[in-house]
Amino acid sequence: MSQYFLLRHRDIPGIGKIDVYKKNGGFEAFKKAVTSMKPAEVTDAVKASGLRGRGGAGFPAGVKWSFIPNNIWPHYVVANADESEPGTFKDREIMESNPYQFLEGVAIAAYAVGANAAYVYLRGEFWPVAHFLDEKIAEMEKAGFLGDKLFGTDYSLRIHTHLGAGAYICGEETALLESMEGKRGQPRIRPPFPAVYGLYGKPTVVNNVETLTNVPLIIEKGADWYKSLGTPDSAGVKIFSLSGRVKKPGNYELPFGTTFRELIYKYGGGIIDDRPVKAIMAAGASSTMIVADDKALDTPMDYASVRALGADLGSASVIVIDDTVSIDWVIGKTIHFFEHESCGKCTPCREGCYWMLHLIERIEHGEKTKENVELLHSVAKQMQNKCLCPLGEFSTMAVTTAIERFPADFKD
Amino acid sequence: MLAEKYPQEVKKILAKYPPEQKRSAVMPLLYLAQRESGYVTKEALKDIAAMLEITSTEVVSIIGFYTLFHDEKAGKYRMQVCTDLPCALRGADKFLEELCGNLGVKVGGTTADGMVTVEAVMCLAACDKAPMFQLQSADGIEYHENMTVDRTMELVEALRKSKA
Ligand SMILES: Cc1cc2nc3c(=O)[nH]c(=O)nc-3n(C[C@H](O)[C@H](O)[C@H](O)COP(=O)(O)O)c2cc1C
Ligand code: SF4
Ligand code: FES
Repeated sequence: MSQYFLLRHRDIPGIGKIDVYKKNGGFEAFKKAVTSMKPAEVTDAVKASGLRGRGGAGFPAGVKWSFIPNNIWPHYVVANADESEPGTFKDREIMESNPYQFLEGVAIAAYAVGANAAYVYLRGEFWPVAHFLDEKIAEMEKAGFLGDKLFGTDYSLRIHTHLGAGAYICGEETALLESMEGKRGQPRIRPPFPAVYGLYGKPTVVNNVETLTNVPLIIEKGADWYKSLGTPDSAGVKIFSLSGRVKKPGNYELPFGTTFRELIYKYGGGIIDDRPVKAIMAAGASSTMIVADDKALDTPMDYASVRALGADLGSASVIVIDDTVSIDWVIGKTIHFFEHESCGKCTPCREGCYWMLHLIERIEHGEKTKENVELLHSVAKQMQNKCLCPLGEFSTMAVTTAIERFPADFKD
Repeated sequence: MLAEKYPQEVKKILAKYPPEQKRSAVMPLLYLAQRESGYVTKEALKDIAAMLEITSTEVVSIIGFYTLFHDEKAGKYRMQVCTDLPCALRGADKFLEELCGNLGVKVGGTTADGMVTVEAVMCLAACDKAPMFQLQSADGIEYHENMTVDRTMELVEALRKSKA
């Protein structure tokens, strides 16, 4: 059985063409929303569905939309297509292969919050994807799904793409908004949150690409249907980006609650050379290090269960590490990443990442002494709860848990 | 002047943003400015600042912040190999090392004929298709996935020939 709801191109190869998309029910949900539902009813349906944000934090999407105040105008919707977390490659597949469902989701979100302009912020490396989306947007305008007086109502909407230029921090929503405003992509101090003070200081909904791609389904098939997929804590389907030492890395669209074992062995084909699995990072480089014992492998992947393991599901970017890999090398990679990507705005993150890099390089270059390892652990610990945005926090997660849970890898 | 060289594109870019927020156009305009020479020249920088009514210093700080903007000349092609964790778990470091050996450059260096600059970069959202790199040139960005050193060398040869 294969029925995809998000990666629908795997069932219907031509779904990236507007006529094929339309033949398969495309834009019916948007039309239904605009012609027969009040904006608040759309928001309520998404709220009732239990849809949680797929960009990492898992915040309920409908609840976020309901925060948009009706006494400050205009409103904006921004789709977060920055996709830069190491191990995450799902939004790109959606946009490249099922672009209209994503754009329809953007459109429905815009209608729900009364926005007449929506932007898709793509990481700069997605330059070809942005051009592709521009073509799709033009097709939608031609077909009357974007523009003025849609479906004979007074509602108008335009969607634009905007390219970033190579900065992981721009995936953080307030840095993204700064970047869109033509500034350096550095996070804003919150509150106020984007729902009140967003793009150009106006109420703005920021949602991940995958989150928005779920929205047409919910409007079309209803909140109850949507909730019937997944688990009570985490409704619906999720795309798991599986990478690392597995035989078949790739995107797997599965219901929440699928176990790590099923993902790695049933779908991912097991470990390269049939080695034992040693560690799992469930949320890309921003993860804690999970010891891959039976308990972990049999844990259902939903937000609450993964949290109970001392980790986070994040955007479900599952990096698999086997016994050929030493964990000190792994955190060398993650520290290097965060040191490179720290935006430099606040001292604990900027200096902390610098020191962590310095120490891990020492450790990697033969000075695997107890003192160096303890110092690295303590630098990471001292950064926690002191950084302006979550990036600083993310940079420490793998470090502290690697040292605590894999002590043997930090001894000569 | 960008507005004279690419009038249609400049107009399209500016139309994306509210008229009082034209500063938002700085990044798309920088991409446009970079198209020809692969980096942003001093003149282009001043031109953009004037067009958007911001200072040149502000434009410089934006170029400095983002890794895809360049203020100096490099090879005609930038070959940016991802060596981030997921790719490295699938052999990216070794791929980069061998590639550099074959091209006779160090990481960050440019081939003697000025064609290719090889760089190591962070995750490009193609982690299931390692080893991979993006090729940045005046024509834009192109992904090359599931690569081998041999096929990469063939690609470099093809690039060299296409120049001739
Ligand atoms: C450092 C950092 C990087 C992030 N990168 C992304 C990203 O690439 N894509 C994304 O959708 N969200 C990213 N986020 C989360 C966003 O800030 C935001 O929560 C999300 O876009 C909201 O959409 P959602 O509720 O639909 O998930 C990042 C957050 C942080 C702190
Ligand atoms: S925590 Fe790091 S990335 Fe976030 S604002 Fe501070 S320096 Fe910038
Ligand atoms: S780690 Fe190389 S593309 Fe993601």
